Amino acid sequence: MSAPARVHIGASIRGRGFELWSWYFFRWSGLLLVFLALGHVLIMHVLNSVDAINYAFVADRWRSIGWRIYDWLLLGLALTHGMNGLRVIVDDYVHGRRWRWVCLSSAWLLYCVLMLVGTLTILTFPHVSAN
Amino acid sequence: MGYRGREGYWAWVLHRISGLGVLIFLVLHILDTALVGLGPELYDHAIETLYRNPVARVGEVLLVAALLYHATNGLRITALDFWEEADRLQQRLWYVSWGLFALTFVPAAVVMLRPLFG
Repeated sequence: MSAPARVHIGASIRGRGFELWSWYFFRWSGLLLVFLALGHVLIMHVLNSVDAINYAFVADRWRSIGWRIYDWLLLGLALTHGMNGLRVIVDDYVHGRRWRWVCLSSAWLLYCVLMLVGTLTILTFPHVSAN
Repeated sequence: MGYRGREGYWAWVLHRISGLGVLIFLVLHILDTALVGLGPELYDHAIETLYRNPVARVGEVLLVAALLYHATNGLRITALDFWEEADRLQQRLWYVSWGLFALTFVPAAVVMLRPLFG
């Protein structure tokens, strides 16, 4: 993988390795999230609403393995994209060595816990058969 | 990070704020969805108290605004990064991204707020 020929405004690649990987990840996951996240919002908040969403709604939706995969992809991409964004913000504003360590490790811990909780929620929800 | 011009700076500030806002909601949303594993009574009660009130309804519309801004501005940034022509069309892209935002946000907001006004 090589760096893009030109770095435009909005992009700053500090070094290669991880930052370059992170730069590409933001863009590719962002493109996928345009469809996944906006699709999710359209279905849940525009076509339906919080008045319609309850346990039965979720059970009905998660009868389909397709929706479970969709939701899991959305969980993984959105959380990784968002927590990577948080990492960049900590990098920019938290300068003390100790505080940086505290912030970055808390972010890592939160990321791992939420990823695990979200994955388990989708995986372990019982398959409710249609009556 | 270097940004040319006032517009680029405000777009960047808004991108951070909207991203952080969506992330905060995402954390809450992963946790509220996890309650579905604890049974119907608990989950339905949580959704009722957390989201079915006027403050949450307004927050929901703000969330959609933040998400749509982050998406349209993100697409603009991606176009500038990967598309050679984009440099020349920078000003036009700025208007296109705000146009896309307005075209998607206004109808969504109208649909979402309709129940509040009877």
